[in-house]
Amino acid sequence: MQKRLSRAPLLASSLAAVFLAAPLLAAGAGSAEAATLTIATVNNPDMLIMQKLSPEFTKETGIGLNWVVLDENTLRERVTTDIATKSGTFDVVTIGTFETPQWGKNGWLDPIGDLGAAYDMNDIFPSVRAGLSYKGTLYAVPFYAESSMTYYRKDLFQAAGLTMPAQPTYDDIAKFADKLTDPAKGVYGICLRGLPGWGENMAFLTTVVNTFGGEWFNMKWEPQLTSAPWEKAISFYVDLMKRDGPPNATSNGFTENLALFSTGKCGMWIDATVAAGYLYDPSKSKVAADVAVAPAPVDVTPHGAHWLWSWALSIPSTSRHEADAKKFLAWATSKSYIDLVGTTDGWVAAPPGTRLSTYQNPNYLKAAPFAPLVEQSILTADPEHPTLNPVPYTGVQFVGIPEFQGIGTTVGQDIAAALAGQTSVSAALAKAQASATRSMTEAGYIQ
Amino acid sequence: MDATTLPRQEMAGDSLARHRRRSSWLLLSPAVILLGLWAFVPLVMTLLFSFQRYNLLYPERRGFVGFRNYSYLFSDPAFWTAIANTLVLVLGVLAITIVLGIAFALLLNQNFPGRAVARLMVIAPFFVLPPVAALVWKNLLFDPLDGLLGWLFTLVGLHPIAWFTTDPMTALVNIVAWEWTPFATLILLTALQSLDTDQLEAARMDGAGPVNRIIYIVLPHLGRPIAITIMMESIFLLSIFAEILTTTAGGPGSATTTLTYLIYIRALLDFDIGGASAAGVIAIVLANIVAIFLMRAVARNIEA
Repeated sequence: MQKRLSRAPLLASSLAAVFLAAPLLAAGAGSAEAATLTIATVNNPDMLIMQKLSPEFTKETGIGLNWVVLDENTLRERVTTDIATKSGTFDVVTIGTFETPQWGKNGWLDPIGDLGAAYDMNDIFPSVRAGLSYKGTLYAVPFYAESSMTYYRKDLFQAAGLTMPAQPTYDDIAKFADKLTDPAKGVYGICLRGLPGWGENMAFLTTVVNTFGGEWFNMKWEPQLTSAPWEKAISFYVDLMKRDGPPNATSNGFTENLALFSTGKCGMWIDATVAAGYLYDPSKSKVAADVAVAPAPVDVTPHGAHWLWSWALSIPSTSRHEADAKKFLAWATSKSYIDLVGTTDGWVAAPPGTRLSTYQNPNYLKAAPFAPLVEQSILTADPEHPTLNPVPYTGVQFVGIPEFQGIGTTVGQDIAAALAGQTSVSAALAKAQASATRSMTEAGYIQ
Repeated sequence: MDATTLPRQEMAGDSLARHRRRSSWLLLSPAVILLGLWAFVPLVMTLLFSFQRYNLLYPERRGFVGFRNYSYLFSDPAFWTAIANTLVLVLGVLAITIVLGIAFALLLNQNFPGRAVARLMVIAPFFVLPPVAALVWKNLLFDPLDGLLGWLFTLVGLHPIAWFTTDPMTALVNIVAWEWTPFATLILLTALQSLDTDQLEAARMDGAGPVNRIIYIVLPHLGRPIAITIMMESIFLLSIFAEILTTTAGGPGSATTTLTYLIYIRALLDFDIGGASAAGVIAIVLANIVAIFLMRAVARNIEA
């Protein structure tokens, strides 16, 4: 006679097993330990240095730091999700000049407020502060900022008998590029971004359109991609690249062009000021002795000819350690931190573009001969007046609306098609105009 | 066996079997319930989201909108290009990997000196992370200025091809096929090792040449593994993303924008959960259609 297993305990134990398993699945909630901050950040050299120096912060304040390093797009996605769903995982987030004003407007970030007299808020570049504010309230403190400028090869210019003017125009650049191009010797007159992306080719092309007198949207939020300045600017770019650019330009972004220039294949390059630290370093660049810098070129107007970007630290409003996070923010962007980096890692590694005092420090100026031009470029980049005509948006090389990521990338793809010779510039711009209008209507900007 | 005692034994056996079934079902239920939750909750939520207007950046503007996300997607001119590109990518890679997989499997099934090393080298590409593989191909092999292929072209006097500008889809199919051929090779090699050598011997003695042996004995035997490989590969190939992002970013134009990449641009860059879910549902339907057609095509050619 076999013993029968009675049903009730069996059922109870099965259900118990399910419910026991459930909390294990839901594990991972951020426990509110007294003194550890979770920081979400990008993998850029300044952040790597900050991670390396974080034991100094812990020594000073007793607060531990937990770093979550992600690539730019994943970071944006995770931080947006964290804030929008109010999960409170991150205490400090790294955000840029693109999203700071938008998130500040949504109330997702804590205003920075007063960090004390020793912090010297006025020492932070005013233009960068403006890029990180919404209606006058600062929502993030910068640890890195950049603009764009022209890099060129002194030796090639000398050999061709050319001189770079103090403020080049795009016509000058075209003439120089035509003279410098020599594919047989492996030198291309000019290397420019061609990889599609709102932060890749469109970052550069937006500055070209700005300085040619164009804008992304008029005051009624209607896209202007088929206007005369756009046609002129994009035709200029496509023709210049076809004549004097390297092959495969449509898959060249910042990184690829940096490699091309530093191995001596480009006569000129217009891109981020942060590349200077790399190009002037003889251990990293073959052309360190021959590179020189000039301001980014202009055309009809100087407005928006060189861009402004900053990575900054901010505290989400959902953070549970706001006081400690503020301490970290103040430490990581203070004058003493910059001194710390200068003395431990070398002055050329000091965070660029954030404090005016850095650009008066003789140690920094000695290590970075391009610094005065970088300072000048960042100070004169104005995200609130990026164009010839008035516009309803802010941002020099982007449009500060959330929809711009999708719109900018799609337009970038269409222009890459024109560069690859698949379509004409007019056809590409017409296609871009149609899709941008569609997106703006769908998003409710155009009534 | 007495006829009168049989029913009583049967009843005892019956209730034991019934009891066993019931208690086994109860003991399995935790695993089944968890699996069901894991599988169905995301699917149901995706379906629900696809009928809503839900953008993470404007969480207050949320509500039921019926088929609006779908009609917006279908009216997008890039949408049909994306579907065409997806089919080209999936079918191209499938064709190359199956053919090369069979060839490598036949080769590696033979005994030759250095076979272990050869096997390792054929399998290795599968373990290279997709972005790494894509970057190696883009910068070291396909690059017209600095790449190996460009250099080889100049050796024979040809002008190097700028792959990612003029033939981006060819280059992309190449990269993905390089990554997935080891997968097909592994499955087919294992299947090949279960082939009865007696049949092959008999056929050889009857005078069948090697080509005929392959066509009439080996291939039918491999029919089911080929079907499995097609199914599994198409599931993964439909979501190829990293290679496109690191090489061409979907361009130039929409030459390499697949459905997955279109979802990324339209929905993820804009944090449009509703639109992303609708596109995801369409991707599921596409995957199922592709799978059904391929299964039918392969099943028709299997005798077993």
